[in-house]
Amino acid sequence: MKIFELDNLGLVSPEKVILEEISLSVEAGAHLTITGPSGSGKSSLLKLLAALVSPSSGRIVYQGRDLEDLDPVTYRKEVSYCFQQPVLFGQTVWDNMVFPFEIRHLPFDQERVLTALARLNLGHEFLEKPIKELSGGEKQRVALVRNLLFEPKVLLLDEVSSGLDEKTKTLLRTFLTDLHQAGVTLIEVTHDQREIEAAGRLLTIVEGRLAHE
Amino acid sequence: MNNIDISYLSLFLALSLVLVALVISSKEKLGLTRDIITSVLRTIIQLTVVGYLLYYVFDVDNIFLTLAMVLIIVYNASRQADKRNPNQKKRFYQSYLSLFLATGLTLTVLVLSGAIQFLPSQIIPITGMIASNSMVAIGLCYREMNSLFRDQRQQVLEKLALGAPVKLASASIVRQAIRTAMQPTIDSAKTVGLVSLPGMMSGLIFAGVSPIFAIKYQIMVMFMLLSATSLGAVVAAYFAYRHYFNDRAQLDFEEEKV
Repeated sequence: MKIFELDNLGLVSPEKVILEEISLSVEAGAHLTITGPSGSGKSSLLKLLAALVSPSSGRIVYQGRDLEDLDPVTYRKEVSYCFQQPVLFGQTVWDNMVFPFEIRHLPFDQERVLTALARLNLGHEFLEKPIKELSGGEKQRVALVRNLLFEPKVLLLDEVSSGLDEKTKTLLRTFLTDLHQAGVTLIEVTHDQREIEAAGRLLTIVEGRLAHE
Repeated sequence: MNNIDISYLSLFLALSLVLVALVISSKEKLGLTRDIITSVLRTIIQLTVVGYLLYYVFDVDNIFLTLAMVLIIVYNASRQADKRNPNQKKRFYQSYLSLFLATGLTLTVLVLSGAIQFLPSQIIPITGMIASNSMVAIGLCYREMNSLFRDQRQQVLEKLALGAPVKLASASIVRQAIRTAMQPTIDSAKTVGLVSLPGMMSGLIFAGVSPIFAIKYQIMVMFMLLSATSLGAVVAAYFAYRHYFNDRAQLDFEEEKV
């Protein structure tokens, strides 16, 4: 079953053409890796898929329905976008963990949060930790947990491993593999050569166009 | 009561004080000479017109004329506050409604509580005080909100990406903008009487009223300003934050950044 169908997608900013003639489909449960030079439009494509930006032309079909017809707020709970350099909210890790519950009008479930943190090797002591004291890798993992507390159907990953040390990269890779095996569709933008080589399906974007697959 | 009438001769002699500003501007090459002369002329003309207008309105003492004056004051204040909003999608009626509610509700409470009477000589000056303070508060709120949306763009974007509705994604910005808008009034309430004797109290003392009575009015003024600035800022902020998003719950200037 196709989870995404992109039909002749284009995105234009006031200054330039960012993406044009992007047509592709993604199967549910797939792991798609997107690469290409900096500024080629990869992150913009993820933002389009996350409904954070609307296309200038063409359309995105999600599970058989035009994305523009879906409620973006509900949709984003299913299709979750992880930023390259995430910004954490408030003062502590706790502030970030409570936010997904607040969005869903649910009471805070500490057990659920501690289990999720533990999956990325973050102990229970992290919950009270001030975000100023976190390393880059810890921030990235906290941000990922924030996205995954309520497991989405699709995870959009924007160079989430860039700038991380090898140990954290391996941890992240294992975690993402587990998620993929659990049925989560992964669409990942990366420059990392090892990730590119390990890709199940690889797309290259050059100057806003799909170069080859 | 003291003699509070200034003769035209005294006023003319007081004009010499303007010369101080003109000499400084000229000696220091500030380039403000023209501005100072214009501002002095405008002060004289505007206040003369307002003085005669108020004299007429007080004399007629008509409820509709008083209300019309209130609406005009609110309109002028809203125009000024609206100019402070850098957002291109702003709507003037929202600034007007914010000021109207802040002024209207505060005035209603003051009249119903018996703190002031529905007389043009009381309603109009009090409206001016409320509207001008609310105008400054709303203007501050707009500017603060705009810079926060620029500075915290990614944070808002991340909250949206997690599935937050625009209201929740903007909540911390709205809160901070309201806080900034109210801060000058709160600060002035803390230092009132210690740093300066405020206008209402000074005016009454000048007119010969005992300071013991004057402070009661000043306390009322501080209460009403706290109410008006908070009301104005809250209503304006809740109208304004929506203009940073489009109907797809996307940050409006996101297109510039993709």
